[in-house]
Amino acid sequence: MVATFEPKTDYKVIGTRPIRHDGYDKVTGRAIYGGDLTLPGLIWGVCVRSPHAHANIKSIDTSAAEAMDGVLAVITGADMPEALDKLVDLGEGNVNFKWASNKLMADDKVVYRGHPVAAVAAVDRYTAEEAARKVVVEYEVLKAVTNVTDALAPDAPIVLPDLVGDDLGEDVTNTNMAEHVRHEFGDVEGAMASAAHTIEREYNMQMVHQGYIEPHNATAVWDEEDRIKIWTSTQGAFAARTQIAGILQVDVSKVKVTPLEIGGGFGGKIPVYFEPIAAILSRKSRRPVKMVMERVAIFETTGPTPGGRMIIKLGADSNGKLTAATADIWFEAGANPGSVIGPAAMCVYAPYEIPNTRIDGWDVVVNKPKTAAYRAPGSPQVAFAMESAVEELCEEAGWDSMQFRIDNVSREGTRRGDGVLFSKIGMEEVLEAAKNSDHWNAPLGDPPLGKKRGRGMASGYWFNIGLKSSVNLAVNSDGTVTLVEGSPDIGGTRVAMAMHVAEVLGIGAHDVRPSVVDTELVGYTDVTGGSRTTYATGYACWIAANQLVDELKKRVGILWDINEEDIDFSDGIFNSKAESEKTIGFKELAGKLADLGGPATSIGNVDLESAGDGFGLHIVDIDIDTETGKTDVVRFTAIQDVGTAIHPSYVEGQLQGGAVQGIGWALNEEYYMEEDGSMANSSFLDYRMPTSLDLPPIDTILVEVPNPLHPYGVRGVGETPICPPIPAIANAIANAIGTRLYNTPMNAGSIMEALS
Amino acid sequence: MTTSSPGMVHVKTTINGQAHELLVPPYMSLLDTLRELIGLTGTKEGCLDGNCGACTVSVDGRIVDSCLVLGAEVDGKDVDTVEGMASADGLHPLQQAFLEEAALQCGICTPGFLVAAKGLLDNEPSPSEGRIRHWLAGNLCRCTGYDKIIRAVQKASS
Repeated sequence: MVATFEPKTDYKVIGTRPIRHDGYDKVTGRAIYGGDLTLPGLIWGVCVRSPHAHANIKSIDTSAAEAMDGVLAVITGADMPEALDKLVDLGEGNVNFKWASNKLMADDKVVYRGHPVAAVAAVDRYTAEEAARKVVVEYEVLKAVTNVTDALAPDAPIVLPDLVGDDLGEDVTNTNMAEHVRHEFGDVEGAMASAAHTIEREYNMQMVHQGYIEPHNATAVWDEEDRIKIWTSTQGAFAARTQIAGILQVDVSKVKVTPLEIGGGFGGKIPVYFEPIAAILSRKSRRPVKMVMERVAIFETTGPTPGGRMIIKLGADSNGKLTAATADIWFEAGANPGSVIGPAAMCVYAPYEIPNTRIDGWDVVVNKPKTAAYRAPGSPQVAFAMESAVEELCEEAGWDSMQFRIDNVSREGTRRGDGVLFSKIGMEEVLEAAKNSDHWNAPLGDPPLGKKRGRGMASGYWFNIGLKSSVNLAVNSDGTVTLVEGSPDIGGTRVAMAMHVAEVLGIGAHDVRPSVVDTELVGYTDVTGGSRTTYATGYACWIAANQLVDELKKRVGILWDINEEDIDFSDGIFNSKAESEKTIGFKELAGKLADLGGPATSIGNVDLESAGDGFGLHIVDIDIDTETGKTDVVRFTAIQDVGTAIHPSYVEGQLQGGAVQGIGWALNEEYYMEEDGSMANSSFLDYRMPTSLDLPPIDTILVEVPNPLHPYGVRGVGETPICPPIPAIANAIANAIGTRLYNTPMNAGSIMEALS
Repeated sequence: MTTSSPGMVHVKTTINGQAHELLVPPYMSLLDTLRELIGLTGTKEGCLDGNCGACTVSVDGRIVDSCLVLGAEVDGKDVDTVEGMASADGLHPLQQAFLEEAALQCGICTPGFLVAAKGLLDNEPSPSEGRIRHWLAGNLCRCTGYDKIIRAVQKASS
């Protein structure tokens, strides 16, 4: 039975904007990120990487590197344990150790450019890099496949010869097709045949990267007791532990993972890359080994989100009601199976009520880095296709697309494309807020000379996840509370956790001192991902705080010599139900605990199946320079149902940051692949993420439809906002120049082509 | 340092107002000199090719990407890093504004932004929004969408 909660509004701490506890260390340079760690005797590890995207390894000669002064260990794929063919759930996605291990260090074949083939540890980074250059590898180069169409062609080179594909339950061999899934409801063909209006369009997208500024890193000690200690920047210390133990084939209790501060992840710091390699180098050298990834390798070898091909077909009746939809989606998995076909299917139709739907999804292996989660993984892609198609259907039928979205809105009870029925959701409220917004009602205005102006909008959706979290609380004698959690703080969640506790206890946010700790100091906690941390770890904080109140009532009972049932607690004050003038505040009680039974602690554990769906809509105005094709975003508004905003500044920040990642994806970002499978733009200079100069202020409208599944009404907020910008910009471009673009990135070159 | 290095370079420099005398390998970046030799890890590594600004420091009052400067080059110069921004009296107004305006999420780009923004405000106390956006275009932030960073710099400048 899932607990539900009535919405409240009379909060003391929830909804305020206290300074984040970890902020002081972060603005002064004191905060220790993964790359900042040093240990006595620390040495540096560096990978030797394949210059080819697809090749057989004929030989590896490490002798010159091993002979170098200052080199303490050299390893190759032969030093990696034989990988288990075993699927493990990491919270936001599964990992098969067989592929996870192969991805880290090639055995006899490289399947993406930059694939590690050896690793070197030496006294310092410069020496390790020099030694890595002395490892001689002989390759037999194979033809690479870098897109889904080529990979599925009958004569395509096979990336993984031992891959067994799953085609709707049937095994397939000698293939790059890892999985084909289908969701079908209603009479799709009949409804499409009788539709008054239909539209069918194909969309193609290029792979893009999360683009976090902090490089991947890991420091490892493999000690004499065969215990492995890892310090790293990870979105989940426990997920990292699961992967490291699985790849190294040791019990999880042999591995301790300490999550240091993390400099961005967006899903890309759920997989491990260096951790097991650093551990093996440490075992061989008997020294602490640190590794920090170079930027080229981050682009070439760590999880981007898939590009691919999508065909959307929509059918509507003469009144502008959607009756049928089909989606065919081919996503690049990268060099190992496992793209985000599942989430894409969950998201594609989510803002709409459509009675008859079919989705077919294919997970396709190509010679590119293995994809990882990236902020609403799979959803921005299908939002681009679906929201572009909706807009074009409305244009062709002569319907107002805002009214169309309202007339077809999904609500409580609507069936999602994968069959799940929505609980209380806020898409209607989002549309209402959008329709009434300043931005939507503002005249478009005239563009500067030589430019064309357009406005576009689009919806977006992420389901958000719940999963497992554990927190501990302890009362200090000065009336503060220590909060221990296992959710790495990637964007200000420590303060949100503290606020959950403070609200219950009637104390200030800064009276709760939050810490993110290692895998031996707190119970199992899933990754910071899926927009789950404030929802699920926050929920665990609420449980722990309420248990602490129960515990403290016992202590008040000792103090007053009455039963705990005869004590009330509200707003930080305990009082006797029988004698209302008999009260004691939380802080005063805290100071007396030493004489009232000693330490007072509590634990909150959750494993939440449901989370609360997140819907948003963005409105964008753009100017297009008709001579250069350059697009300037001149006004942007992100509207989203956020449930309850615990700390509104960080909720706004999620909407703004997600929107800007979407803007970059829409206009400029891509993996520009050469035919040989190398990425031509693997630097920040050439990949060209948005800078402050490229953007206007990002306005936000927080719509609060409390989520009944959380005590304060929290919904995840982080992922939804990356979904609408790509189609919103596509719609704005069509509005500005009268020509629609069906491929990303919609860069200056594509616009010049469209204009000519 | 490295056992295979050629001759070290003798460097006398002032870092955050404190004199340092160092032997720096000739190939070592200022970034690594600060982080590895002196232990000032507040200056962050992001890309090592001068494109993200996470390693921004000030050399004789001019902001630079410390990954593109050699440690040997700061001989006789004043280097200022994020660790030198706060004083005994408290945080620099930019640091305080970044906290109040929630201008950081993960925080890895924050030291670079703070040093770069200080470089602007030291010379132009009241820059326009456009000027701030232009000045900070060499610093990448992937979390915030820059909105709150710009507001924080505006707050500290007024």
